[in-house]
Amino acid sequence: MSGRLALILRRLVQAIPILLAIIVINFLLLKLAPGDAVDVLAGEAGSATPEYMAELRTKFGLDQPLPVQLVQYVGRVLVGDFGFSFRHEMPVVDLVMNRLGPTLILMVTTLSIAVGVGILLGLLAATGLNTWRDTLISVLALVSYATPLFWVGLMFIVVFSINLGWFPSSGMETVTAFHVGLTWARVLDVGHHLVLPALTLSLFYLALYTRLMRASMLEQANMDYVTTARAKGVSERRITFRHVLRNALLPVVTMAGVQVSSLIGGSVVVETVFGWPGLGQLAFESLFARDLNLLMGIFFVSAVLVLAVNLIVDILYTLLDPRIDMQ
Amino acid sequence: MSLVDIRGLHVSLPEGADRPYAVENLSLSIAAGEIVCVVGESGSGKSISARAMMGLLPEPKVRATAGEIVFEGKDLLQMPRPDRRALAGEQLSMIFQEPMTALNPLMSVGRQIEEVLIVHTTLGPAERRARVITLLEEVHLPDPPRIIASYPHELSGGQRQRAMIAMALIMDPKLLVADEPTTALDVTTQAQILKLIRDLQDRHGTGVMFITHDFGVVAEIAHKIVVMQHGRTVEAGPADEILSQPQEPYTRALIRAIPSLTPKPRRASNERRVLTVGGLEKTYRSRAMLGKAQSVAAAKDVAFTLNRGETIGVVGESGSGKSTVAKMLVRLLAPDAGQIDLDGIDIALLSRRQLLAHRSKIQMVFQDPYASLNPRRKVGDIIAEGPITRGQPAAKARARTQELLGLVGLKPEAADRFPHEFSGGQRQRIGLARALAMEPEVLVADEPVSALDVSVQAQVLDLLTEIRDRLGLSVVFITHDLRVAAQVCDTIVVMSKGEIVEHGDVAEVFANPQHSYTRELLASIPGRDWVIPTLEDLPMNVALNQ
Amino acid sequence: MSDIAQHDAPPSFGARSLAFWRLFTRNRSAVFGLAILGAVLVMSAIAPLLYPGDPFALAGRPMSPPGGEWIFGTDTLGRDIAAGIVHGARTSLLIGLIATLVAVLFGTLMGALAGYYGGWMDEILMRVTEVFQTIPSFVFAILLVAIMSPSIQSIIIAIAVVSWPPLARLVRGEFLSMRNREFVQANVLMGMPDWKIIIVQILPNCLSPIIVAASLLVATAILIESALSFLGLGDPNVMSWGFQVGAGRSVLRRAWWICTFPGIAILLTVLAINLVGEGLNDALNPRLRERSG
Repeated sequence: MSGRLALILRRLVQAIPILLAIIVINFLLLKLAPGDAVDVLAGEAGSATPEYMAELRTKFGLDQPLPVQLVQYVGRVLVGDFGFSFRHEMPVVDLVMNRLGPTLILMVTTLSIAVGVGILLGLLAATGLNTWRDTLISVLALVSYATPLFWVGLMFIVVFSINLGWFPSSGMETVTAFHVGLTWARVLDVGHHLVLPALTLSLFYLALYTRLMRASMLEQANMDYVTTARAKGVSERRITFRHVLRNALLPVVTMAGVQVSSLIGGSVVVETVFGWPGLGQLAFESLFARDLNLLMGIFFVSAVLVLAVNLIVDILYTLLDPRIDMQ
Repeated sequence: MSLVDIRGLHVSLPEGADRPYAVENLSLSIAAGEIVCVVGESGSGKSISARAMMGLLPEPKVRATAGEIVFEGKDLLQMPRPDRRALAGEQLSMIFQEPMTALNPLMSVGRQIEEVLIVHTTLGPAERRARVITLLEEVHLPDPPRIIASYPHELSGGQRQRAMIAMALIMDPKLLVADEPTTALDVTTQAQILKLIRDLQDRHGTGVMFITHDFGVVAEIAHKIVVMQHGRTVEAGPADEILSQPQEPYTRALIRAIPSLTPKPRRASNERRVLTVGGLEKTYRSRAMLGKAQSVAAAKDVAFTLNRGETIGVVGESGSGKSTVAKMLVRLLAPDAGQIDLDGIDIALLSRRQLLAHRSKIQMVFQDPYASLNPRRKVGDIIAEGPITRGQPAAKARARTQELLGLVGLKPEAADRFPHEFSGGQRQRIGLARALAMEPEVLVADEPVSALDVSVQAQVLDLLTEIRDRLGLSVVFITHDLRVAAQVCDTIVVMSKGEIVEHGDVAEVFANPQHSYTRELLASIPGRDWVIPTLEDLPMNVALNQ
Repeated sequence: MSDIAQHDAPPSFGARSLAFWRLFTRNRSAVFGLAILGAVLVMSAIAPLLYPGDPFALAGRPMSPPGGEWIFGTDTLGRDIAAGIVHGARTSLLIGLIATLVAVLFGTLMGALAGYYGGWMDEILMRVTEVFQTIPSFVFAILLVAIMSPSIQSIIIAIAVVSWPPLARLVRGEFLSMRNREFVQANVLMGMPDWKIIIVQILPNCLSPIIVAASLLVATAILIESALSFLGLGDPNVMSWGFQVGAGRSVLRRAWWICTFPGIAILLTVLAINLVGEGLNDALNPRLRERSG
């Protein structure tokens, strides 16, 4: 138990330099971008005299040497100050926090579908090795694995929204319903809107976990401990579920953590296609508004999200693998 | 009456294998309370026979195609799967070579033993637990409740194998199949496990099919012996007969290849020191950011000397620090402190750059014939690249390579081939040639024959001694095998937990061990009481080719 | 002596290539993938012959349905979709290959240094890799392209920057296990310089997994490129599949074909590369061959 706690603490401590590095990268990207905040401000205002701009630069500390600016920037980020979005006329933090909820809903749903169904399909394919079941699952996984997300989204809209009319093609809620508070009707409405984006986003990862689970099951099935179990007279069914399954899950869990960062990237595309009002869509909007402060804020928050999910995955892993105590 | 009768068993290999049958026409019988040892070198089909008995062949690629295995009047090969499964673990059970991988790493040991009861009995949880505890006591595991809750990685190798034995014997089976159960263990643990198996089978009247490559182990426990080679039975009979008067040339050759435990007397020495090691220290520390840092002393104040032309043996069990010492001698590892005086120059603490000029004087022969040669380089390049790196002209290095290949008993054409075209013994010869190409004064041989079959082992050892004498080499010979040490070494150091516990002439140490650990090691050598018969008839290579 | 019986002729390079080809072609889906990939390659090579002129040029009536004068129809401005697909193949393959090459070179370098030297070098390089793996890769790519302004070069750099970490980890793992192989220790004892051990001795032994990973990276790179241009971050002067899909998005209800056909082109190409990659894996990695058979 103490080993587990120590491990979690260690992971937390290890996350600190990563977080700092990401802030530094953030800062460097801001500096690399053509123009600074003052240029943007001046652009917004329409016209500004060079004297006024110089004054603003002093005010924002932009005339300081780079290292000083970096330290100031790190300090600001650490207290949650990502600057001001001139486009939205709101602090970046508030904007990002408003949009975090929908993205979390989409991510959690997607990850649950992808991991849960992926494990199930991988199990089905591995236990029916080289039968039609295995072939079908493997082919489907292969095709899903090669399909661009945005295209699947559009095709789903063509089929399920435009032609069949089963699901709405955009948004998170029916605007005309004027939901207030958390009611069942609202939950159902959001769920109804969630189906297509969640399916779209999960398809690729579903394929990934299916393939991984299948390969992992097949690898574990060749292990010596399976032979031991057979020598004990344990049935194949029991071997699969009591011995192989848990061992096979370990690489899948690891991979689930690794894939979270790419999942967030995928949500940019999917939220854009389905008009899902999350961080991804906000990122897309700020990209074209050249609202760099906002973009950097989103970038940072999504990196923190990845770190958080990875921590959860690590904790999950220690529950699955007793050997972690020793390491 | 016999418990099991194997008659005319054929196990076929998939098409394209180097021979049609893994096991050909095997017949043997095991009576209750009898230990039958199936002995053979790698590829003899001994393990496949064990798996066929347990119904664990990797079917359909490898399957029994003819013959029968009659157990209590019924042919196991004809039995429907569910019936056979009901017998497995209940009437017939098995223990394996590597208890670490044979146990499920994610399931507690107690649960894995209990599973046998869950599958084969209707006992309730409390009764099952009681049975498991009884069995763990019977295999002499300390503190059974703690063992039950432990996971495999929390136990030592010997404890894991005891747990495996408990698992195999919990249903009090009539037959136990043991596939090299002590090969992965240290010699002292091996002795304990062998004793345990013998005691338990004697008490319960269990029949045992014991697979091994080691005639010493055979001498310890066998009632009957079956010698196998290339899937065929070479010789079978009562243990006493085969151990004292083997008839078949192959058996005789195998037995003759076993190194004798009687050391050769120390050869006359010229008393010129070539290597003086003193105060050598190495501590491994595991860094931990939180929690306590652990440190293991792999070498503590190691000191010994080596005279020119002599061989010093460094013996010990796994974790004794002998490999760490070997790596420090050739400076693959930097010592924390101490000196390694190599012909007047202390290389212990030299920097990498300073070391460059002295590297060639001390070279190494490695243990693993498969990992020690780069699979992507031709043998000629492997041998010549050392001298070329030192600045020798390529043409000269190539010519020297041809000579060296001849010296280690390989044809010159070998230079143009890749390592995978050679057998394990041949690869060790190539590794030796590579070390010799550097023209070293001291050769550090790290378990150079422990991965080889006994017949090949004898050939490589002979070659090593012959070359040592011809070139006047001094050798540091690392080994866990006291029989081998007795045959090749002049002096010996015994290591335990990073420290040298005994140091002296081999003959003296073997005849009159001073330290209790040395005495335990010597007492644990399997087959130490067996007087190996002197067999002088056929030259070994002729016999082995028959 | 039995121990030193020797085999006959060593296999020549030609014989080994033939053996590899046999193994590869045993996997039927890999052959299928290779055929599609070959077709895409030919298509991109002869694009100027098939559809001479600018693929951005207006060919006819906007939003003509497929099957008529234009097999895949025309888009909102009247550009020939088929011409766009053929020219887009060049963009996808070019970006996919070059970005992968850059990522593989950099990832291999990082992984080799970390795995070979271990210790603090490993610690630092792997921390850096971890940072790059934590950053949501696609978001990072968007940012990079946006900051550098969209062009073929910036897209290639962005894809390479987000693609190297998995490769670095793979190569590090291979080097870590090779580092303690006895043949490498023997090379150290010879006094061989580190760079020579890394490049001449270890690297050739790690090529198979690198080749397989690289082939899969090409597929991923093509997917990233298409998503970037779908979002409007493609090089505005070059036709690409993602751009075509993005251009048809607003008229999805009226003209489904504008999005559909370029999407199928992406799907088929990526599928083909994945199949070839798996075929390579099976042929180069004998340990896995058993399973897939």
